[in-house]
Amino acid sequence: MTTPEATNNREGLIFEHSKPGRRGYQLPNLDVPEASLGDILPSNLLRDEIKDEVEVSEVDVIRHFTRLSKLNVSIDAGLYPLGSCTMKHNPRINEEIARVPGFALTHPLQPDHQVQGNLALLWHLEQTLREIFGMPRVTLQPVAGAHGELTGILMIHKALSTSGNARKYILIGDSAHGTNPASAAFAGYEIKELKSSSRGTLDPATLAEAVTEDVAALMITVPNTLGVFESDIKKFADILHAKGAYLYCDGANLNSFVGIARPGDMGIDVIHSNLHKTFSTPHGGGGPGAGPVGVSEKLVPFVPTPTVERREDGTYYLEHHRPDSIGRMRAFNGNFGVLVRALTYMRSMGPDGLRRIAQLAVLNANYIRARLKSSYHLPYDAPSLHEVVFSDKKQLEHDVHTLDIAKRLMDYGFHPPTIYFPLIVSGALMIEPTESEPKEELDAFCDAMIAIAREAEERPELVRSAPHTTPVRRLDEARAARQPILRWTK
Amino acid sequence: MATTPQDSKYAKSHEYTHLDGDIATIGITDYAQKELGDVVFVELPQVGSQLEGNEELGSIESVKAVSELFAPVTGEVTEVNERLRDNPELVNSDPYGDGWMIKVRISDPTELDELMTAEEYDEYCEKESGH
Amino acid sequence: MLATIGVSSVDALFETIPADVKLKELLDIPGPWSEIETRRWFGALARQNKSGVDHVSFMGAGAYAHYQPACVDQLLLRAEFLTAYTPYQPEVSQGTLQSIFEYQTHQCLLTGLDVANASLYDGSTALCEAVLLAERIAKKKHKVVIARSVHPEYIETVRTYVQNLGIEVVEVPWGSDGRVDVEALRAACTDDVFGVAIQSPNFFGVVEDYDVIANATPAAVTKIAVVAEATSLGILSPPGAHGFDICVGEGQAWGIAPQFGGPYVGFMVVKDALKRHMPGRLVGETVDVDGRRAYVLTLATREQHIRRGKATSNICTNQALIALAANMYLSLLGKNGLREVATQSMQKAAYLRSKLRTMNGVTLPFGNAIYNEFVVRTPYAATDILMDLEHEKILGGIPLGRFFDGHENDFLVAVTELHTKEHLDHFANAVSASIARERR
Repeated sequence: MTTPEATNNREGLIFEHSKPGRRGYQLPNLDVPEASLGDILPSNLLRDEIKDEVEVSEVDVIRHFTRLSKLNVSIDAGLYPLGSCTMKHNPRINEEIARVPGFALTHPLQPDHQVQGNLALLWHLEQTLREIFGMPRVTLQPVAGAHGELTGILMIHKALSTSGNARKYILIGDSAHGTNPASAAFAGYEIKELKSSSRGTLDPATLAEAVTEDVAALMITVPNTLGVFESDIKKFADILHAKGAYLYCDGANLNSFVGIARPGDMGIDVIHSNLHKTFSTPHGGGGPGAGPVGVSEKLVPFVPTPTVERREDGTYYLEHHRPDSIGRMRAFNGNFGVLVRALTYMRSMGPDGLRRIAQLAVLNANYIRARLKSSYHLPYDAPSLHEVVFSDKKQLEHDVHTLDIAKRLMDYGFHPPTIYFPLIVSGALMIEPTESEPKEELDAFCDAMIAIAREAEERPELVRSAPHTTPVRRLDEARAARQPILRWTK
Repeated sequence: MATTPQDSKYAKSHEYTHLDGDIATIGITDYAQKELGDVVFVELPQVGSQLEGNEELGSIESVKAVSELFAPVTGEVTEVNERLRDNPELVNSDPYGDGWMIKVRISDPTELDELMTAEEYDEYCEKESGH
Repeated sequence: MLATIGVSSVDALFETIPADVKLKELLDIPGPWSEIETRRWFGALARQNKSGVDHVSFMGAGAYAHYQPACVDQLLLRAEFLTAYTPYQPEVSQGTLQSIFEYQTHQCLLTGLDVANASLYDGSTALCEAVLLAERIAKKKHKVVIARSVHPEYIETVRTYVQNLGIEVVEVPWGSDGRVDVEALRAACTDDVFGVAIQSPNFFGVVEDYDVIANATPAAVTKIAVVAEATSLGILSPPGAHGFDICVGEGQAWGIAPQFGGPYVGFMVVKDALKRHMPGRLVGETVDVDGRRAYVLTLATREQHIRRGKATSNICTNQALIALAANMYLSLLGKNGLREVATQSMQKAAYLRSKLRTMNGVTLPFGNAIYNEFVVRTPYAATDILMDLEHEKILGGIPLGRFFDGHENDFLVAVTELHTKEHLDHFANAVSASIARERR
């Protein structure tokens, strides 16, 4: 079936718009005496023209990208309930502050005395995150959640090896994000997976049994990816600490308890926070983000270099000399522009605002849970915080799968939830509305989900063949992977 | 559903082994290809390499899953199904025929005794999909 | 809403959080601030910086000031790009997906290699990923040789990444012309070496001869080229044309503001044979059920969400929006503009070099194979010269003593198409005046 809407993906590749001689830029004339190129560099180091590169005008470029943009849905257009991704509203003041030329036109290697404003900003951000985490030190260098995970596990490794034995294993729950085991592996550890209890949480007894002298740390998401808070978190810390191991918290879900409780008070040794989730820096279609990492006292000596420090006289400097540091996680000073946006957001919110974020995010998720639980199967019925995970169990009776439900939601104008994750739920539909959504938007979403559940019973083929109204319909993903075409060729 | 060939033996990790003289043809079962979905890539060992029974021999990928392939028997790889490089979908369309993966000169025929018969394998699959 | 949920208060929803970890008070942080207050406070901080706003900057070393055409940022602020997530659902993400496919194509055309990914964090972490890739495909080899003339912070980052993985980093020095010491490279390439990484133009701005490096490297060793000044690809012969297997680099120079170090965009381009070992996201072309061309994330089984502990990388969030900005920049500049930006940067650097070369007290220690960045040496401490330049409203460059012992009198100077002849003359005069002042 081809609907009229479905024919609007006509925008060719930018390379297909190319016409010889078109220009989308203008440079001033060269105002210095021109040397012959061959006098500057021998010809074997130079290239001929960049074969097949485009020649397009500014109009071509603006139309092209404007048309492409219209093929995306975005949080600005409506609820985007991707579980674990915290798709909240991105206030535009954040964009403006990050673009202030006095920030944007500073160079990362300028001497400290020239960039006191930047260093003050970073110092204040660290203070604010220290307070939010309840931890003595936060590194701002990691540029994404997974980058923060790697940083955190490297610190644990360094701390343990400094005291004689780096140990061998990291314990990870079976509902964890895939980045956790990947990060632990790149930090030099083997993974042992821990099974969730029937409540969907980690049982302290399971942990106690698994923590041997070989275990370096537990990586756990709080609340976990079912949205369920690990009420035994302090017990986990005690069990681990008694054996000299560490407690790592994946802070992807910090949005559900920011301002309500603090990781440091739970006995957590390391937490990373995805600033592009809880602190509202835009996702940008997959980044940039930032993943600052907070650490407990024992791990402070190992944080990456450089750190930002304040002198008695109120001036700031970058400290490069930290003898026990794991080293540098990236060139320069982290994703500064993202850090500016996050601090802008924290200041706009203030202490009361941050707490209200968590309260409303949890209220919204529970409202959706209450409205949808008679239409969709709830595999774990433990109380959840900021997200709720349903499954397709009821719809499977009509041979309608999670994927079909997700695709059908697009026809109702909503981005689908996260699907098939966490892995411990077969056919998972993981819904996180965030605090940004007014009740009317939540109701419209719930109405759509309920309508789809009815369609699954009455007109399953309609759901199975969805989406019908999107710029393109279901894609042949097998073809893309079997004979990969990963670039345009003339 | 394609019936499970009687003349082959089966591993719990869903590889079949068909013995002809001392050459074993190895692939994955019809049940396994259905569970995986559209196969998009098969990573196989090189001809001449030595396989150890129960050790990883390669991997098979569908669009959204990947699983390791395990050698049901010990021996030397004598042939690799080159057609799978460009046509991995053969594993889906004809797992016991054109979708075979490798041929191995086995060094210990008694290893086959450890594997399941067709009936045992069918029963095993039924149990697996039961929950 | 509470009635629908069946609770009496919002607090009741938080009962699973034990009372003894709940905060009794509000966080002790400033705010809430209105937009007006926010602008005032951040504006005051920004004014404490010395920056390209009121100074002419000659700073480079992996972060360059090139001109970004006006329409790039305006397009980037389109909500459909800015506020979308990673394109997991292709039917409603074709804009992002097609743009990444185009970005990948630009990277291939520029580097002369076959397959590019959707982006990595930055140049330094892209080098880390390249080293890890090279180690993965080599069986049982554990050494990587890195030229000491690769950006020192990139090398530091690699050392951090590999510290627990049994990989040894061997550095090879530069020779008197500032290029990799080829004999040292040859000697370093022992049987246990899986990869060689060099940067061109290198940290000192010197253009390496890829053929010479490739010839000195054994065939089985993966050859990695690092490009930290991406506009150089507009005029320099690309690594793919000289037998290199991987090109990684920093795309910041494609018009992205220096913004104190990030966000930037790391790129990685590899030979076709390595595509299934690639870290990060890849977008591929396919068709939908109606046969229309469309784009989708593909070869996903390499990635952490499927392969978990055995993934090719732990990367998830990357730098998509900056890659989009790069795609826009590369499209606007195109075949001719990219060459022109590179040519102007190179010509202007050559002009400044010609002025400095004849100046009393100035030497240009490294050879003449220069793109747009070079080392200036005087008999005096570079930090003193640079302080004098700062008084002239010039951010004059980067003192090398910060990275290398014995180079306290050297500093690194970068020139781009943004500099006018007047800027360059002013810089030369200021250096001359500073030397005269130091001499007294």
